[in-house]
Amino acid sequence: MARYLLLKHYRGGPQPTPEGSVPMGEWTAQEVSDHIAFMNQVADDLRERGEFVDAQALSPEGTFVRAGGEAGRPVTDGPFAETKDLVAGWMVIDVESEERAHEAAAFLSSAPGPGGRAINEWIEVRPFLTEPPTVTD
Amino acid sequence: MAAASGPTAEELLKELAPQVLGVLLRRGAPFAAAEDAVQEALLEAVRRWAEDGAQPADPRGWLVTVAWRKHLDAVRTDAARRRREVRVAAAPDPGPTEQSDDTLLLLLMCCHPSLSRPSAVALTLRAVGGLTTDQIARAYMVPVTTMAQRISRARRTIAGERLTRSGDLGGVLHVLYLIFNEGHSGTADLSTEAIRLCRQLVRTTEDPEAQGLLSLMLLHHARRASRFDPDGTLVPLDSQDRARWDTALIAEGVGVLQGALALDRLGPYQAEAAIAALHADAPSARETDWPQVVTWYDELVALSDTPVARLNRAVAVGEADGPQAGLRALADVPEDVHRHAAVEAHLRERAGERQRARELFILAARRATSAPERDHLTRRAAALGAGS
Repeated sequence: MARYLLLKHYRGGPQPTPEGSVPMGEWTAQEVSDHIAFMNQVADDLRERGEFVDAQALSPEGTFVRAGGEAGRPVTDGPFAETKDLVAGWMVIDVESEERAHEAAAFLSSAPGPGGRAINEWIEVRPFLTEPPTVTD
Repeated sequence: MAAASGPTAEELLKELAPQVLGVLLRRGAPFAAAEDAVQEALLEAVRRWAEDGAQPADPRGWLVTVAWRKHLDAVRTDAARRRREVRVAAAPDPGPTEQSDDTLLLLLMCCHPSLSRPSAVALTLRAVGGLTTDQIARAYMVPVTTMAQRISRARRTIAGERLTRSGDLGGVLHVLYLIFNEGHSGTADLSTEAIRLCRQLVRTTEDPEAQGLLSLMLLHHARRASRFDPDGTLVPLDSQDRARWDTALIAEGVGVLQGALALDRLGPYQAEAAIAALHADAPSARETDWPQVVTWYDELVALSDTPVARLNRAVAVGEADGPQAGLRALADVPEDVHRHAAVEAHLRERAGERQRARELFILAARRATSAPERDHLTRRAAALGAGS
């Protein structure tokens, strides 16, 4: 049993597919609806399989904050537009094996985009740290 | 087993529920229907036994009778609703040899090879362990709806499977091992639950590997109080305060192991338990009988040649014959095995290769699968950084 984070990026990962390179703002309303319906279906399938833990979407708007007084005041623009990667959202799954996590991620990646074609976007798969095992020797 | 003072009604019901479920399954009730009937019988037991002020002389027989009647009622109601002919076979009497097998049959069903391991774990804890779905969900830190789905999906998967005595006992042992070893810090004490289930299993079989697994669990459980500092820091075996090891559990674990070894059918769980017993027997890491530990790892590798067994063997060889011998043994182990870098770092440090050890501890920390391990390895790296 292992828990994995399936991370969706607005940008980032290896070379994107042509379908995955078109920003959602340029899709038709129906294409957006179909894409979201697919995401919901993926979550429902994972629930039905007893593998679903969490799904969240993030606003692309964010703020960088750090300690350090004036120098660390919140930053909301500037470097943001140029950052090469933005996290769009995630799913957390609890599955039997890494292979199953990769299978679920690949399916999630195949969500429909422009023209109803699969965007095959890159999904980053990250294992969660667990508790240490009891048997050690 | 229950203490001499006698179990409470709650303890008794938890102990009897899987046995009663096993009887209903044997009589041909579908899994989900049998579970429902047992639940209803348990509720009635709580109510009736309190009213009567006493348990019946044969609580198990009482529960079987009531649960079977509940099941027949449900079948008849269901059948009437669907306007189907009622066809209920007469209940066969449980023979004398059947009773002790009930728990085993139920475990074989819950750990059926057609189930994924997470599903088998969940179903075993629910149907045999008597934990609520909510407790299991919290123990594995998943939403309760997810755990409910996992369990009901598992029930559907095994609904068509026939219950046979010649099932996959190895699969049952593996599931119990997983429950014990997961070490989750959830609310339910899964290690204790795994030991309880394994005790039940050992009572129903003469299998030396089941005994080996129980021994392994008891010997590792004995170290429980010393595995973490009060602040949650992982304490490795060589630094544990052995005065805090539970000597009663160790004595019991060693006794169970001796009984298993006497059957002269060695298996991997017995070998692992023998290694744990050697550690339990040593006043300190330095005084451990490492050559004997290596011998048992040789047995383990011969029985079950896994990379993890070879990796742990390399550690023992390093203790018995020095770090260079340990590194030579490590050469047989694939580098992508979990904890390979950590073991090599430890051996390099002992060999005086501080810089290489430090790099490997940093790599090992990156590859750690748990936060306490990661933190421990990071500290080892840091200790080598200072003044080297």
